[in-house]
Amino acid sequence: MSDLPLVRLAGVSKGFVKGKDAITIFDKLDLAIPAGDFVAVMGPSGSGKSTLLNLLGGIDRPDTGEVQVAGSRIDALSEGELSAWRAAHIGFVFQFYNLMPMLTAAQNVELPLLLTRLGKADRRRHVETALTIVNLADRAKHYPREMSGGQQQRVAIARAIVSDPELLLCDEPTGDLDRTSADEILGMLKALNRDLGKTIVMVTHDPAAARYARRTLHLDKGHFEEKELAA
Amino acid sequence: MNDFLLIRKNLFRKKLRAILMIVSILVAFAIFGVLAAFERAFNAGEEVSEADRLVVVNKINFTQPLPIAYFNRVAAVEGVRQVTFANWFGGYYQDPKNFTVVMAVEPESYLKLISTEYAFTPEMTEAFVRNRTGALVGEQLAAKWGWKVGDRIPISSSIFSQKNGSTAWDVTIVGIFGKNKPQADTTLMLIQYAYFDETRSFGKDTIGWLVLKTASPALNDQVAKSIDGMFANSPYETATDTEKAFNKAFVAQLGNIALIVQLVVGAAFVTILMIVGNTMVMAIRERTREIAVLKTLGFSGGRVLRLVLGETLLLALIGGTAGLLLAWLATRAMSQSLGNFIPGLSLSPGIVAAAIGFMVLLGLATGLVPALNAFRLRIADGMGRG
Repeated sequence: MSDLPLVRLAGVSKGFVKGKDAITIFDKLDLAIPAGDFVAVMGPSGSGKSTLLNLLGGIDRPDTGEVQVAGSRIDALSEGELSAWRAAHIGFVFQFYNLMPMLTAAQNVELPLLLTRLGKADRRRHVETALTIVNLADRAKHYPREMSGGQQQRVAIARAIVSDPELLLCDEPTGDLDRTSADEILGMLKALNRDLGKTIVMVTHDPAAARYARRTLHLDKGHFEEKELAA
Repeated sequence: MNDFLLIRKNLFRKKLRAILMIVSILVAFAIFGVLAAFERAFNAGEEVSEADRLVVVNKINFTQPLPIAYFNRVAAVEGVRQVTFANWFGGYYQDPKNFTVVMAVEPESYLKLISTEYAFTPEMTEAFVRNRTGALVGEQLAAKWGWKVGDRIPISSSIFSQKNGSTAWDVTIVGIFGKNKPQADTTLMLIQYAYFDETRSFGKDTIGWLVLKTASPALNDQVAKSIDGMFANSPYETATDTEKAFNKAFVAQLGNIALIVQLVVGAAFVTILMIVGNTMVMAIRERTREIAVLKTLGFSGGRVLRLVLGETLLLALIGGTAGLLLAWLATRAMSQSLGNFIPGLSLSPGIVAAAIGFMVLLGLATGLVPALNAFRLRIADGMGRG
């Protein structure tokens, strides 16, 4: 794990207006995540965990402050620049997999590669590699409806890593899975962090899931509290 | 995989819905193709009309006769370069259902005047002039009945009869002519006016209409006024107009074809626009989360917009092409049975080009709202996050 931060939030404030009330989510939040880290973010509902992921993924912008990820000040990028930046640097894993139902596993994994300059043969090779990493090479031609929840989430992980991004953002990746499948997915994320050096930020409610991370950050009332370090 | 595969897979993810939308568009374009082919066929005369040609008809109605003496008097009007005349024969071959366009004409002047649209060889012109019972036949009509030069055939009239009571005139085919302009109709027969006039039982020395060529299109108004003024207050007053206006008025007898086409096609298109547009809005709304996912993966708003527009364009092109194909088959079948009444009934390249233009417009119009919605969608909103 490198000491250089891959993710850096400096003085980030974020809020929203609900009716006549202005609600603050973060107030001058600072955060640094070094490259190669695996961070679990926990906290009560409404504490801003998903908003944090949105800020790190360039999906949302801070009201004030700086968000620097993979060397870019993403809060200063335009929408078009953010799209290209996300395609190059970020892999997303969602709670409900969010696979395209009309595409096969291989086609789903190939989607991010349509945004690259890779040729057909190279794309196919990358897809095979990603599916092999998640142990689903034999399911390449299966549609999501033909796979279990755990398998679908593995396809989603393959899709997230196929373009070799530096940062994986996982939003409750095991929230819709049974314990066995959840452990399988978490083991896979841990291996991606350990063996391939992927930096992972994972939002979860599940303390058992958080134990797979190197450290856990508790988010409450707009501030972080580092409670434990995993082995 | 590429964007086209993504578009195609999205379009056919709900097969029944896609097929129903395609069928709606197919019906609209089939109607468009057939009606446009009819409109074009009806207006073919207008398209071949010459700017310096005038037509002189009876002021009451073009079905009323004019005295043949008008021929020489019109020829003497200043600004008239050539003049000829014709008489509607109301012809059919063997059976009244085999309607055939037959006109009794003054051979020399008539052939000279219409030689811009029809290809008459000097040999057939000479043979027609010299043979009082001779007939010139257009190549489509000759092909239909297998006629050839030298054949002697009886051609009947549904209007006139001979002095001996017969309604059939025997004519000898002395030439088969082609055309110089693609819109010209070659399903007609020309016979000698002199032969027709001396044998018919009534209407002797009258003609249907005069066609003349002016020295210049700029003289058209002046010549028309002179002719109509010359015959004013006579038993046979005339109405002189350009050939284009005459042909247009002739078509107008059958109703305003263009208006019918525009109304029917317009109604069909607006209905389909609403159905397909609404269905696409619903379909894209169902996919809000997927669009947000695409954007999360790095698909730009513009690319998502193109994917949605591509879907509606593909839909319009599939349905429209199938509709045009159906229209082509229908017009082919109809041209065989209605060819004598409505010559030139076919899907022209112009109609196909217009239809393709309409397909693109339909695709863009139906896709615009859902595509813009997808373009504007905020990822956080699409993913169901506040």
